Amino acid sequence: MAALNVGAKAPDFELDGSTGKTKLSDLLASHGYVILAFFPASFSPTCTDELNLFQEVSGEFAKLGAQMVGISVDGKWAQQAFAKQGNLEFPVLADFHPQGAVAEKYGVLRSDGTAERALFIIGKDGVIRYSYVSEIGKNPGADRLLEELEKMTAPA
Amino acid sequence: MGEDIHRLRKPASEDDWSRGPADGLPLVEYLDYQCSHCQAAYPVIESVLAELGGRVRFVVRHFPVASIHPQAKGAALAAEAAGRQGKFWEMHRRLLEARGALSEVDLRRYAQELRLDLEQFDRDRVDESLSAEIREEKLLGVRSGVNGTPTLYIGDVRYDGRISGEDLKAALLAELNGS
Repeated sequence: MAALNVGAKAPDFELDGSTGKTKLSDLLASHGYVILAFFPASFSPTCTDELNLFQEVSGEFAKLGAQMVGISVDGKWAQQAFAKQGNLEFPVLADFHPQGAVAEKYGVLRSDGTAERALFIIGKDGVIRYSYVSEIGKNPGADRLLEELEKMTAPA
Repeated sequence: MGEDIHRLRKPASEDDWSRGPADGLPLVEYLDYQCSHCQAAYPVIESVLAELGGRVRFVVRHFPVASIHPQAKGAALAAEAAGRQGKFWEMHRRLLEARGALSEVDLRRYAQELRLDLEQFDRDRVDESLSAEIREEKLLGVRSGVNGTPTLYIGDVRYDGRISGEDLKAALLAELNGS
């Protein structure tokens, strides 16, 4: 299964999570850009580092008009505990029922039932502007996200 | 898929805290003094440097992960303030060997043990320009692909291998012998 690519329409969804129910189209309407960060499992070491880094960089994302959203197949209570542990202020969503349904729509559901470590930047029009699937054990960092957002927001 | 090589936005330079020969191969570490992985990496890096020290220039940059490590920034400031009194590396060692004992009382005790001018130390730690430098350094780290702590760079390329003495030494030697 291949991840949705640049130019594809991002499937809308509504999921519960660390900050309550969150709908993609609402976030797009209020923020402009949404960064969707799929990750395999809450509390695993790489995911913890990755999401803590995104929290550290959230101010920079905000300056570029982007809202970070984490998403994995873990349940809502796990996401709440995970967000609390890392002081994650952005929504961490539970793609839990049916498990992995949103990951599947984005083409990033793995055969073991977890999501790939994947990043999407979605524009206000709901179109995917950036799509990246990382090696599963490798934290992708935030440098590419910032570069891509800067390109998108640069005055023409 | 994007390119998988992450490079330093700002290569090691005179502006950095560094040890080893000026023309040595740079080994750059982004670290957080409150991070247990950084504390664990410390003896590994030191032993590799002891073996290859004559050919490697070790550089330390700050990457305090404030959202989970509330004392990390204070510790980075303590190292910088000690640096203003010529004792950066001495404080760096203390902070890593302290294995997390980084309260205000601890920091002042280390300063005292290093015979720093305490009044100056306290003044420097609240100097806004020092905080701004650390913020700036960290942001450059993010832009360079720092994805957690510690993150190492050999030359200006991110090292994604394990931080074990064997692997790190092999990677440094490959670069030293290859170029």
